[in-house]
Formats: sequence, C-alpha cells, structure tokens
Amino acid sequence: MLTLLLLVPVVGGCLAWLAACRSGQAARGVALAASLLALALSLALWSRWPAIGQPSLTAPLLEQQRPWIPALGISYHLLLDGLSLLLLNTTALLAVVAVLAAWREVSERPGAFFFLLLLLESSIFGVFLAVDLVLFYLFFELMLVPTFFLIRFWGYAGRAAAALKFFLYTFAGGLLMLASILGLHLARQGTGPGPASFDLAALAGTPLPPELGFLLMLGFFLGLAVKLPAVPLHGWLPDADTRAPLAATILAVAMLETGAYGLLRFAIPLYPEASAMLAPAAMALGVAGILYGGLLAFSQPNLRRVVAYGSIGHTGFVLLGIYAGTELALLGALVAMVAHMLTAGGLFFLAETVRRRCGTMELAELGGLWGPAPGLGGFTLFFGLALMGLPGLATFVGEILVLLGAFSVDPLLGGLAAAGSIVSVIYALRLVQAMVLGPDRRGGRIDDLGRVEAGLLGLLALGLLALGLHPGPVFQAARAPLAVVEQSLRASAGSGGGPQSDLHLPSHPELTGFPAHGPGRLPGGGTEKDMDMEGAAGPGFPLRAARGGSP
Amino acid sequence: MSHADLPALLPLLLVAALPVLALLLSAFLRSTSALAALALVGLAASSGSLLIAHRYAPRAVSRLLLIDGFSLYALALLFSGAFLVALLARDYLLSPGKGQRGDRFYVLLLFAVAGMALTVASNHLLAFFLGLETLTVSLYGLLGFTLERRAALEAGLKYLVLGAVASAFLLFGIALLYARGGTLELTGMRAALCSLPAAPGGAAGLDPVTLLGLALVLVGFGFKLAAVPFHMWSPDVYQGAPAPATALLSSGSKAAVLLALLRFVSVSGMGTCGAVLLLLAVLSALTMTIGNLLALGEQSLRRMLAYSSVAQMGYLLLGLVAWGAGGAAAVGFYLASYLASVIAAFGVLAVLSPGRHEMDGLAELRGLGYRRPLLAGLLALALLSLTGIPLTSGFFAKLYLFRAGLEARLGWLVVLAVVNSAASAYYYLRAAAVLWGRPPAGAPLFPAASGAASSTALSLLGAAVLGLGLWPGPLFALVQAVFGP
Repeated sequence: MLTLLLLVPVVGGCLAWLAACRSGQAARGVALAASLLALALSLALWSRWPAIGQPSLTAPLLEQQRPWIPALGISYHLLLDGLSLLLLNTTALLAVVAVLAAWREVSERPGAFFFLLLLLESSIFGVFLAVDLVLFYLFFELMLVPTFFLIRFWGYAGRAAAALKFFLYTFAGGLLMLASILGLHLARQGTGPGPASFDLAALAGTPLPPELGFLLMLGFFLGLAVKLPAVPLHGWLPDADTRAPLAATILAVAMLETGAYGLLRFAIPLYPEASAMLAPAAMALGVAGILYGGLLAFSQPNLRRVVAYGSIGHTGFVLLGIYAGTELALLGALVAMVAHMLTAGGLFFLAETVRRRCGTMELAELGGLWGPAPGLGGFTLFFGLALMGLPGLATFVGEILVLLGAFSVDPLLGGLAAAGSIVSVIYALRLVQAMVLGPDRRGGRIDDLGRVEAGLLGLLALGLLALGLHPGPVFQAARAPLAVVEQSLRASAGSGGGPQSDLHLPSHPELTGFPAHGPGRLPGGGTEKDMDMEGAAGPGFPLRAARGGSP
Repeated sequence: MSHADLPALLPLLLVAALPVLALLLSAFLRSTSALAALALVGLAASSGSLLIAHRYAPRAVSRLLLIDGFSLYALALLFSGAFLVALLARDYLLSPGKGQRGDRFYVLLLFAVAGMALTVASNHLLAFFLGLETLTVSLYGLLGFTLERRAALEAGLKYLVLGAVASAFLLFGIALLYARGGTLELTGMRAALCSLPAAPGGAAGLDPVTLLGLALVLVGFGFKLAAVPFHMWSPDVYQGAPAPATALLSSGSKAAVLLALLRFVSVSGMGTCGAVLLLLAVLSALTMTIGNLLALGEQSLRRMLAYSSVAQMGYLLLGLVAWGAGGAAAVGFYLASYLASVIAAFGVLAVLSPGRHEMDGLAELRGLGYRRPLLAGLLALALLSLTGIPLTSGFFAKLYLFRAGLEARLGWLVVLAVVNSAASAYYYLRAAAVLWGRPPAGAPLFPAASGAASSTALSLLGAAVLGLGLWPGPLFALVQAVFGP
C-alpha cells in the first residue's frame, strides 16, 4: 500500500510524459489523474485509523520492511503513523494544486514538466515514509534533482543561477547529514555485536560520547536546517521561490516541511542529549527567522517575494516550536507546518492566477482587484488573514501553541516571537491592501476566478478553517509520534545527559507532558481522560490549553 | 610452474594471445569490422575464462603473478570496460573522416588490455612495471590515433613525454626499494625492508632511502593517475585525443593503476606504515580539492571531465588510505560505478563525433536534449552518477566510500570529500542543464542516428549505472567477499 503510494505519482509522471507525445492536453489530464489518485490513496490511508478520537494509539498504522542491501544493513523500511499521514495528505493536496497551477502556466514541454513534478511528489512522499536512514537520505536528495530541473528549465529570469544556488545549498547540507548518518551507524557498530543496520529504531539510543554526539547532531541539524530553511542558511529560498515556475513553488512548500519533519522524526530522537544542548540556540534561530523573515517580507515589492520571505518567518515558528519541546509547542509546530503548507500553497496559486490575468506580480502595479474580480479579491483577503494568523484559522492555532510552549521555556524568546507575529500582521495587511484595495492602477477589466480555481482555493481555505476551528483530530493523530520527541528532549534536558529515550512510547499518552502544568493542572477537576476527549471534540481546545498554561 | 597453473592463468594467456592474433589477422585482412569482431569475441572469452580461473584461485603462479579474488575482480572490471570501449570504438572508427586505420586501433587496444591485465595480476614489481609499460606504450598510439588532427598528435606526444618521466620516477623508486630490501616481490617486501636496522629519525622503522624509494614510486603512480600535483597533462590529453581512446585512458588505465596501487599498499604491507598513509591522505586531499576547483570554470566538456576524473581519483585515494577498514571494498565498488559513468560520458561524445570534428565545448552540446533525447539523458545520468545523486550507482559508491573513511577515523578527509562533492555538483549540473538549453542558430547538427554497436554499448552502460543505483546489493556482497568487509 505504501509502495503503491510512492509509485502512483512517478508512474503517472512517466505516463504523462508518454502522453505528451500525443498532445500537451493529454499530458495534463494524465498528470491531474495521477495526482488525484495519489490524493485519494493518501486519504484512504485514514481507514487504517482505528477510530478517530481514540487516544491511546501508539502502534504505527502501517509498516513495510524488506531487506534491500543486506551487505550494508540497508533496508526498505517504510512506516506510516499519524505524523506522516497528516503531512502526506497535505502534500498530496498541494500536488493537485500544483498540477492545476501548471495547467496554463506551462506550455513548453509539458510532458517532462509533469514528470518532474510528480517525481518530486513521489520523493516527498518517500521522505515522509522512510524510517531507514539511508532510504530517508536517498529520498531527501532525490527531491533536489526534479526541483533543480524544474527551476532551471521552466523558471523565470535568473533561473539558472537560482537553480544552482538551490542545489548547492541543499546538496551540501544533505551530504553533511549523510556523513553524520554514517558516523552514527559506525558508532552503533562499535558498541557491540549485532547486525549492521541503518534503521531508526536500531540506531536510536546509541550511547555516544558527548563531543561526537554533538558533532553528528550538528551535521544532521545543518542538513535539515538548510532545507527548512533556518535563518543564516536561507539564502537559496527567496531566489528559488521567485524564479521557479509557480507550480513547482507550490510543491516546494511541502519540500520545506521535510526539513522540519526530519528534525522531529530523526534528529531529536537520535541525538536527544545533543539536541537538548542545541535547543536554546535553535530556538533563538527560530525567533531570528520570525523577525528577519517578517521584516524582509514587509519590504518586498513583489507578491511572490512577500510570500517567500513570509515562509522564512513561518518556518521560524516551526523551528521555535520543535526545540521548545513541550507537548503544546510540538503540536503547535505541526499545526504551523500544515497551516503554512496550505497558506503558502494558496497564496502561490493566487499569485499564478494574478500573473496570468494581470501579467505582473509587482505590488506597485496591482491594486483594486476587489472591484473587477471579487472572488480573487476575497480569496486574497482570506489567505492574507491566514498569513497573519487570524483566530479561527490554522495559523493562529499553530502560532499560539508555539508561543505558549516557548514562553514556558524561555519568556524572552517567547516575547520576541510574539512581537514577530505582529510583524506578520503588518506585511499581510500591506499585501492585501496593495492587491485588493486601493485604486486600480492597472486599468482594464480582468476575469474573476474560474470554477475550478475557486473550488481549489476553497478547498485549501476549508482546510485552514477546519484545522483552526477543530484541531482535535490532528492532535490525536500526531500525539504519539510527538510524545517521542518530547520525551527525548525533556529526559536529557531534565537530567543533564541522563538516561536516554529508547523510543519507548507511552501506553497512555496524556496531555500532561509540558512543564508549565504542575500536578494539579486540570481546571474544573476533570479527569485526564475527559480532557483528552474534550480536546478532540471541542473547538475551544487551544483556548483551554491557554488557560491551562497561564496560572 | 606446473600444469595446474595453466587454468588459473587462462585469462591472462588469452588476453596476451589476443593482440598477437589481431596482428596476424590484420596482416591478411585489413578490415576494421573483422578486427572489432575479433576483439569483442576475444574479450568476451577472456571474461568467461575468469570463471574457470576462479576455481583454481587463489594461486601464486611463479613469483611474478598472483591469481586471487582481487585480481579476478580487477580483471573482470577491466575486461568489461575494454569490451564496452571496443564496442563504442567500432562505429566511431567506421564513420567517415576517421581514416582507414581502424584495424590498428584494435591491435593497440588489445595490447593495452594485456598490459592492464598484467599490471593488476602482478605480485612482483617487475611484472607490474612490464604491464604498466605495455599499457602506456599502447596508449601513446591510441591517444594520437587520429593523426590528421594536430590536437590528437599533441595529446599523444604530451602523454609520451610525461609518461616517460613518470616511468623513470617509478623505476628509480623500485630500484631504491630493491637496493634496500633485496626483493621485488610484494608479499615479502615489508619484512625485508623492516628487518633492516632503522636509521635514527626514520619513520616506523623505515630508513630514509626506503622512504625516498616509496615516495618516488608514489610519484610514478601519481602521474599515471593524474593526482595533483602531477595532473597537468590531463586536460590537454583528454581534449585532444579521440573519444574512445580517452574513454580507455580515463577508465581502464586509471582503474588498473589504482588497483595496482591498492595491491601495493595492502599486500606489500606498506599500508601499515604511517608515513605512506599520511602521504596518500595528503595526495587525496590535494587531488580532490584542486581537481574540483579547476573543473569549476571549465567551458569544454572534455577538459571538465578531465578535471572531474582528477577529483574522482582523489575520492578513490581516500578509499585507499582507509584500505584496512573496508576501504578496499569501497574502492572496488567505486571503480565499477566510476567506470560505467565515465565510459558512458565519453561514449556519448564518441557517438556525437563521427566526422573529423570532435565534439567538445559545452556550447556545442546545447540543444542535444531535443535532437537526441536518449543520448542527452544518458550523458546527464552519467554526470549525475559522478556527482553521487541517489538512484545512480555513484550514490552508493560515495556512501560506501565515506563509510570506510569514517571507520578508518579519517573524519577530516571525509568532511573535505563531502565539501568537494557538494562543490562538484556545480559543474556537473551546469553541464547537464546545458543539454536542454536552446540551441544557437546555425549550430552544427548532431548525427541523426547511432550505429547498432554503440547503441548496445550505451544501453548496457545506462543499465549498469541505473541498476547499481537501484539494486547494488549483489555487487556489495561480491566486493565484500573479494576484498574483505
């Protein structure tokens, strides 16, 4: 089933390439069908879920393991749990959006374009599923190739330099990660007998001397932080995001999240102590990203550049949440990831519709879109609001949870991050003001959104709303995997290099793991069980969580 | 030497008989296709005879040769490489504008293969030197083969002069070692040299004369491998020589010399000497870094591939330094991947250069992806494999090599190799991207079709690069069995 999910996009891509010999339209149709099929498959995976709302789910939903290169101990090991499932679904949705965005944008060699786009989708799926470190690395690097060619051949002016810059940044980071994977593998071999293995479960809990552990963790962190991108390593993103074809940019948003996912799934559980040592610095980097990205986004003259720098701010929140390491912050980081995928995907799609209608994405040349195209204006307004974190939308849930978690760990950084979210209000409002309101500087009439476009944007908006109003199921889905991360960070931070997490999953995950809650934390005297169920059911969860954290 | 040695020696005997047969045949029938057929059948038969020899291995045949897993694996690599080059050369030589001397090309090619085989199977510095000279002398002819082109003549001549200098260094080094140790056999060399009273200040019990001898031998190897700082000849020769000859030079010849060096380091026990390892590590660091730096700005694909091959030798030397910790097996795997990628790259160039003009500049290749999508795809695949991108053989080659380096506690060298690999992506990808660029108006047309022989060779090479990238397990098991884990 998981292999099927990996194969559907890439096989669809090959078919699209073949179909392109007949006509470009056929290629588009095949690509759309493949991406829809992948989306349907990824949604069908929810059927593995025992029952939504059941809190004590710790086993993986689906697992597949085959020996691949026994001589080196590399196995083809895929694992699906709540965390990966959420990200898979969102990626599949973004892929559909990307295919539709490319529908008109790409007229030249559509077959090859859709092949590369769907290959990218497959490799992102692979990253979210692999739990063998070499397999993970393989998919992680494989993402670069289609992205490089997509930017290089279908991008806008300045694409050659942007494509190379993107590739060199991420390839260098990835190779450092490879060195650190190999180092960990050898350290594991050195500790005792046992078959050679690159499996996550086998490598977790390897006792490492502190210096070596820190070095290896740093290699891993750098590789993933380039992808995320964390602030000093973000140089490639604005160029890549503005020169790439918009369709590729939409899917590349999902690619950014693979960095955050790698931190959650691999970097922290593999090197708990070293990660705990790095946590303050990483949180500071996250805050730097929020402020820096927000400030730069504010001063950008171009719609795409605003969203690109906004992305840096959003991934800053994700980084802050991951390394704050409390349960709330981790859940917040996950919601922020999904929300960022939906928001940025929607905004880039809007950018493509605007580019096609108005022929420009410069904010100075746009304006007054509301009058001639109320649908376009309305959606711009909606996604602009999502960008700044309006309560009721997913971005808000993610940011508020991250802020709460960060406050409990480090009030100063939490305060700065809160200030950063004000900056995002400013640039989001400026974006909306410049595009939707004000005088129409362009003149001439433009068509409003078509039915397909409106439906697609509506779907993304619905996702943002649903996640913002009713995030309970997401929390349920991701709780068990995130608890592993939290335990790794807390166990080693609390006892200063004490016993390590051995991927032990709590049999009854509770909402009690974060330090801000003392033992008598439950308001209203409800039992823990009650609270779980309530959290799953009620839209008030984030607010109540806020109450829980405040005393 | 007993009659039981004959089956073990069969591959070498066959491959030594081939050039003689070829000479005789060309005396009667001066036809390129007949000679090509002889070379292909002969090389295939030699490869097949490896299976027979395998049953008698390991076996020391006289004091000169050692037929064991190592030499059989090396022979298998070299024979397959030479077979593919012979296939590619057939269409190249039969195309108009190459003169009517294709038969001689095959005679020289077979002599070169015999030299390579002797080089990697030797257990004795004399046999090694003989093999290496046979190889080098044949390469002089092959590199300057298209005599009408001044560039080819220059390439052959340059290789001749520098090759002779390298041989002199090598010979002098061997003489020094012989003078001190009194033996030329690799297996006994360490014991012979170390039993000498150590001079004060000499490293690890080796006296200065021995060290000087070792250094000179390494210089000789360095010239043949084009390791920095002995790499100067490489770009000019690559650029000037006909494509199939360059394919042989950069694949088979380098692989044979590297494998001989590996055997020298491991069997003679020199690899346990800290000074030799340090020298090799420094050579490796210099070679990969400078090779990559020089390749960055190159506008000619052949010169770029020359520098890239210099850098690849740097990575391989890293495996050599780590030979005791799985580096030998890593070198074995890396060479297989490198051979497939590099022959594929030059194979595409050979197919594209049927006339008197040798395809060279990156600008000339612009638009190849539209006219000949499969050729462009294969060239891009080879470049990606040299970069080390997943799903190509180069990825696992690098993975295994870095693992060996880390296991040998060569962290600094591995990190340097990592940085270098990242930098090398710049020029490999730039070249791959050019293939689908817009062709300039009035660009030279690419040949519309390629012959059956070169199509077969290229598809075999593509299958090898992809196959080793998707399913490397069996080859990993093989190299681990041959070289030890």
